[in-house]
Amino acid sequence: MLIVIDYNVGNVRSVCNAFRHIGCEAKLSCNPEDIESAAGLVLPGVAAFGYAVSALGSLAELIKKLALSGKPLLGICVGYQMLFDRSAEYGRHNGLGLVAGDVIPIPAEQTVPHMGWNLVKLPEDIDLFAHLPEEKHFYFAHSFYADVTDTDAKIAYTDYGFPLPASVQKGSIYGTQFHPEKSGKTGLKVLENFSKICQRKAT
Amino acid sequence: MLTKRIIPCLDVKDNRVVKGVHFLNLHDAGDPVELGARYSDEGADELVFLDITATIRFRKTIVELVEKVAENVFIPFTVGGGIQTVDQIDELLRSGAEKVSVNTAAVQNPQLLTEAAQRFGNQCIVLAIDARRSKERKGKWQVTIKAGSELTELDAVEWAVRAEKLGAGEILLTSMDADGTKAGYDNELNKAVSDAVNIPVIASGGAGKLEHLYDAIVEGGADAVLMASITHFGNYTITQMKQYLASRGIPVNL
Repeated sequence: MLIVIDYNVGNVRSVCNAFRHIGCEAKLSCNPEDIESAAGLVLPGVAAFGYAVSALGSLAELIKKLALSGKPLLGICVGYQMLFDRSAEYGRHNGLGLVAGDVIPIPAEQTVPHMGWNLVKLPEDIDLFAHLPEEKHFYFAHSFYADVTDTDAKIAYTDYGFPLPASVQKGSIYGTQFHPEKSGKTGLKVLENFSKICQRKAT
Repeated sequence: MLTKRIIPCLDVKDNRVVKGVHFLNLHDAGDPVELGARYSDEGADELVFLDITATIRFRKTIVELVEKVAENVFIPFTVGGGIQTVDQIDELLRSGAEKVSVNTAAVQNPQLLTEAAQRFGNQCIVLAIDARRSKERKGKWQVTIKAGSELTELDAVEWAVRAEKLGAGEILLTSMDADGTKAGYDNELNKAVSDAVNIPVIASGGAGKLEHLYDAIVEGGADAVLMASITHFGNYTITQMKQYLASRGIPVNL
């Protein structure tokens, strides 16, 4: 069973719907017992960074502990940004610090928000992209991005006038700046890959 | 680089998809959830659902529709029709819509755009403009409200510019003159608006042939093209549209 962490931010329903559609059991919960016993965790997020971090509250420490112990974790959009050290969105806010890097504004010479379908180069060594071609389009909607400085993290990029990190993997910690739950069949494939990673870990 | 988007539009009346000409003579085009799921499977980039049953009053049925669509559609979708308050927008976004579109209410209460953008971010606030070529002012377009039934004195281009400042994140621009004619988009209108604003413009009304899509993007400067008749009645598949645009050098998500 996957747990989609319910911390009252925006549209988390779509993530659950997408897992259900691919036949994967995923439950929306904020109960620490559910979170501890889950095969894998999904941290969604449609909100401003600071709001999301404070809404997560005491669950942050638990998620961090479980992720460091090897439980697969997938952060999506702001949930992905929260994997990093800190963000500059509306003030300074600390993230979970699981992956080294800062969340900073997209340069003003680009159209902000970065919204729509953009092509992501998919490195073979990122498990989320197993059985996918070398590059695929995904749906993005964000105004800040993660400047990844972690030398242990594997990074997939998209081009938005500069190489913009679209996804990271560090051990069994995964994150996507794009919305796999809104990226059609390709996005569903990414979620299916994550669910398989969790199954393999659990057995 | 971002791709140009192909967006089928589903006008919903009494829980059925309908399509007319110049907003009149509606024909049944199917079940909204089934049709939405089909377009999503076929590779549409986004969907727009407009509840045209009530043009002024918000109806609860639209929330139920959004919930059902969200269970079956895994691409972003916009919903509109009679939305008047920030709380209604909140309910629709929480039910699974990616964006909402406002039209009449924004004309009557422009502050709605600002309040909504501040609370939810401008990326989810779409301003729909139904524009008609002005009889008195040559080369200008007037904004109509209440599903095209009431002409206002607002100039379409000026309204788009003002709406961007107020908080609109995208303009859904429909030509009432071209709607349902399949004779091509009004690209003078599209160009006038897309040149005047920095937010994306979705061209709407008049798609009949593949060339029309290309023209709206190249001549009209549109970031996305919206269509109804030519997809609902099986003239072209989404894939055919994208292959055509790709063959003419337009970046698409194929």
